Amino acid sequence: MALTREQMAQRVARELKDGYYVNLGIGIPTLVANYVPAGIDVMLQSENGLLGMGAFPTEAELDADMINAGKQTVTALPGAAIFNSAESFAMIRGGHVDLTVLGAFEVDVEGNIASWMIPGKLVKGMGGAMDLVAGAENIIVTMTHASKDGESKLLGRCSLPLTGAGCIRKVLTDLAYLEIEDGAFILRERAPGVSVEEIKAKTAGRLIVPEQVPEMTFD
Amino acid sequence: MAGLDKRVSTYAEALEGLEDGMTVLAGGFGLCGIPENLIAEIRRRGVKDLTVVSNNCGVDGFGLGVLLEDRQIRKMVASYVGENALFEKQLLNGELEVELTPQGTLAEKMRAGGAGIPAFYTATGYGTPVAEGKEVREIDGRHYILEHAIRGDFAIVKGWKADHFGNVMYRHTAQNFNPLAATAGKITVVEVEEIVEPGELEPSQIHTPGIYVDRIIQGSFEKRIEKRTLRD
Repeated sequence: MALTREQMAQRVARELKDGYYVNLGIGIPTLVANYVPAGIDVMLQSENGLLGMGAFPTEAELDADMINAGKQTVTALPGAAIFNSAESFAMIRGGHVDLTVLGAFEVDVEGNIASWMIPGKLVKGMGGAMDLVAGAENIIVTMTHASKDGESKLLGRCSLPLTGAGCIRKVLTDLAYLEIEDGAFILRERAPGVSVEEIKAKTAGRLIVPEQVPEMTFD
Repeated sequence: MAGLDKRVSTYAEALEGLEDGMTVLAGGFGLCGIPENLIAEIRRRGVKDLTVVSNNCGVDGFGLGVLLEDRQIRKMVASYVGENALFEKQLLNGELEVELTPQGTLAEKMRAGGAGIPAFYTATGYGTPVAEGKEVREIDGRHYILEHAIRGDFAIVKGWKADHFGNVMYRHTAQNFNPLAATAGKITVVEVEEIVEPGELEPSQIHTPGIYVDRIIQGSFEKRIEKRTLRD
C-alpha cells in the first residue's frame, strides 16, 4: 500500500538528529514536525525570519505578526529567535540548516529538481525554494512517485523548469525511499506491501535495485 | 520634519515626491508587516507605471493587490505572486510584467542596494530559468550567478515603534523584508504603531538605525491575517 502523507512524514522524521536545525517546506514536509522522535530536540527554521517555530496558536495566542513561511499563524517556542529576511537566507544559503525537506513535481537521475513552475499552468513564483536547494547539504524531497495518471515523476531528465541543478540525493515517495548516485536512483526501502516491480514500472529514470530492499515499518 | 526629527503628520506628506514611473520597495511577507496605509496612500495619489519590489503582491483587495485595481503597477519584482486572481489576469493579458526572483536573492539585492554592494554572486538559481542572461563564475569548484543590487526611489516600510530620529524596532515576524527595504530607498518612509521619545528605545535593540530613515508617521493598522490557523 502506498504510504499516507502521515507515514511519509513519519519516515522523514526518522532522519532527524538531536540538535538539528530543520527547514520544512509547505505540504507534507510540515507534517514532519508532528513526528519528532521522543528524546530528541530539533529547531524549526521558517524562511520568513523565525528560528524556533512552535505549534499553531490557540485563539488566545493568535497574533497577526507571527506567521510561518506558508503564511499561517504560528507560535514561537521559548528560546526562539526572530531576524530579517537577509539574515534568514544567510542562514539557509550559508549551509547552516542541518536538514531541508521540500516537495517536488519532478526529480531526475542527475539530482535535478523541478518544483516551482509548470509553463502555461502554474507560474506563481519560487519563493525560497531555490535558495533552500542551493544552500543545503542535506535535503530530502517528499513527493508522490507518479502522477494520478501513472506518469513517473522520477525521471531521466526533468521536463519542467528546474528549481536547482544536481542538488538532490535523497527522495522519499509514497512508494519508496531512494538515493541518487552517479546518474541513477538507488532503491533503498519500499513502502509496506509495495513490490519492487511496481516501483520499477513507475520509475522512468535509471533505477538500481539492490539484492535486498527492506520494507519500511510503521507502528 | 526638521534636521534629525523625521516625523511627518500626514500620509500625503509621507509620500510627497512619489511620481509616475518610480521604483518602490515595500516591506512585508504575505500580509505580515505590510505598510498598509502607505500602500493605500499610493492608491489615493493615483501614481502609475510603478515598478514595485516586494516579496509578494498582497491579496485581491488588500495590501499591494489594491495597486493592481487601477493598474498602477507596470512591473512587479517578487518571489511569489500566487495569491491574487487579478494579478494572474493582468499577467496573462500582458498588462503587468513580473520578474520572479528567489526570495533569498531578493532580500540580498535589497541589502546590497542599501550597503553599497553593486552586485554579488549566489549559487541560487544556477541551472534554472533565473540564471538566463546572467554572468556565471566558477568559484572553488561551484557555479554562481551574478545578481545586481536593487535600490528604490522610495522604500515603504512597516515598523512597530520608532523614535523621533527614525530608529525603528519591528515586532515578531512582521520584520521580514522591512529592515532591508529601509536601507535601499532614496526616500525611506516608515509607518509605525507608536512613535516614542529619543532615549526610550534601547540602542542595542534597534533593528533599523535612523540614518536610513527619512520620514516616519504613526498609523493604525488592520493587520489582516492571510491564513488564520489554530491548533485543534
